[in-house]
Amino acid sequence: MRVLTIARLTILEASRRKLLIALGVLTLAVVVLTSWGFSRLPTMKDVTPAEVRLASSQLTILVAFMFSGVLALGSTLVAAPSIASDIESGIALAILPRPIRRSELLMGKWLGLALLVALYAALSGLLEMVGIWLGTGYLPPNPVAALAFVAAEGIVLMTLALLLSTRLAPMTGGVVALVLFFVAWIGGIALAIGLAFANDTITSIGIGSRLLIPTDGLWHGAIYYLEPSEILAAARAAGRARAGNPFFADAPLPFAYLAWVVAWLLAVLGLANWSFARRGL
Amino acid sequence: MEAADAASLAVHTQDLAKRYGKTVALSGLTMSVRRSEVFGFLGPNGAGKTTAVKLLVGLALPTAGQGWVLGAPIGDLATRRHLGYLPELFRYQGWMKAREVLGLHCELSGMARSDWKKEIELALDLVGLAERADDKVEGFSKGMQQRLGLGVALLGRPELVLLDEPTSALDPVGRHDVREIIRQLKARGTAVFLNSHLLSEVEQVCDRLAVVDHGRVIATGTMGQILGQDGAVRVRVTGLTPATRLGLQGYGSLEDEGEWLTFRGLAPERVPELVGDIVRQGGRVYAVEPRHETLEDRFLQLLKEQGD
Repeated sequence: MRVLTIARLTILEASRRKLLIALGVLTLAVVVLTSWGFSRLPTMKDVTPAEVRLASSQLTILVAFMFSGVLALGSTLVAAPSIASDIESGIALAILPRPIRRSELLMGKWLGLALLVALYAALSGLLEMVGIWLGTGYLPPNPVAALAFVAAEGIVLMTLALLLSTRLAPMTGGVVALVLFFVAWIGGIALAIGLAFANDTITSIGIGSRLLIPTDGLWHGAIYYLEPSEILAAARAAGRARAGNPFFADAPLPFAYLAWVVAWLLAVLGLANWSFARRGL
Repeated sequence: MEAADAASLAVHTQDLAKRYGKTVALSGLTMSVRRSEVFGFLGPNGAGKTTAVKLLVGLALPTAGQGWVLGAPIGDLATRRHLGYLPELFRYQGWMKAREVLGLHCELSGMARSDWKKEIELALDLVGLAERADDKVEGFSKGMQQRLGLGVALLGRPELVLLDEPTSALDPVGRHDVREIIRQLKARGTAVFLNSHLLSEVEQVCDRLAVVDHGRVIATGTMGQILGQDGAVRVRVTGLTPATRLGLQGYGSLEDEGEWLTFRGLAPERVPELVGDIVRQGGRVYAVEPRHETLEDRFLQLLKEQGD
């Protein structure tokens, strides 16, 4: 199966180019430092267990945001050159005359990168959760679901960067993907404000951005599973005051949205294959 | 030619054309390469040579025309198992070792895993990289990368090997080695499509060749056919009047350079007759030299004729 050959090659390249070791060492350092920080919370003067739980839950969301950012930026930086630089350097010229379809090359790269993203999300997230639990005794309500959404966010952005990589130069594809990522983040804030103040125009813009680039939607899916019930209740009671907080989600993602994300992924992958198949080398 | 007829050929194209936007890279290539022959593909820069090779190996899609490689339509996935290809401008993954690059191509070509080791060692020996097999490619010179590329192209005993400027980065020893490899390939029945602008190289190894310019074939045939089988003869002569000289034009196209007369298109068996005629008409002959037209002479002449 040539898709698996290319996927293995992609993971091997990340390893040989020392990407995995660099990410591993840095992640371990972050986990150790943040865990130490969390462990200080219960030792603060006059702090109650409820306050420790409250602070831990909010800090956990912030740390998750940092990891999701690392995943999003990292997967973009790796995916944007994946096809484009192979074409520029002539590696594609050497590989594609073999009995391998262009779609197999592209899907192999996607599979390898998706595995790397999922593996990083799972390992870094679990290490961090264990560190937080050891330091404070706090665990979010559903850390596995939250990590799955963080991984999905990274995979969505990686897939978009891969599509851009079939036509754009590596640096252009990377910049475009990151701009879209941040536009989607602002779109998410616009959606929250539009809903809180019942403004249809702003709400429509927010929904549009969440449908076009589902990264922020998935990030909110992750947040929901990191929020303990008392935080949810307090935030809901705050009413409009919570509007625009990019670190709050008051409901799980609806099934229809999850189905949309799956359809979006399939459509973008299909478009990437179509684009690559028609590219002259 | 029908597809069934194309099956007996290594390559056959019919009005194959490729356009990139407004740029015409290939404007109607019609040619045939027989199995087991070494076929030279010549042309000036920008003539469409590399585009033609890319179409043959399925890297680009033609905008018009048809082509068959080993009897199958160009781009056919299964047929690519029997092709070896050395691109002109290429690179292998610098982080891989030479042996790993060869292993990857064994895997991608669908070769049985049990054959990999033997094929890899064979290729490494053939291109002189056995001692560098476990070095990373990023440390290789351009010439060594070209040797590795040649090794990759030869994996799995392909039926057709397409070499796009295979010696452009090689030293004289490397070029000699490549010529030997091409001869070995021919000896074992492999067809070789050699795209090169090194005319002496083509002259030494090719059975037949095609000259392309502006995206179409302007001459094709054996080396003898391309160079002109009748050749030319130079005669150093004195004592002939201008009128007598004009009278000698019946022997061939005459170039009058004073003491030296060059007769083009003169059959070798007519040379004694020419000399006798000159002597009879009072000429004194000092030298008779067959003039061997080189491929470079003929190549330049063909391009000039196209330009005119």
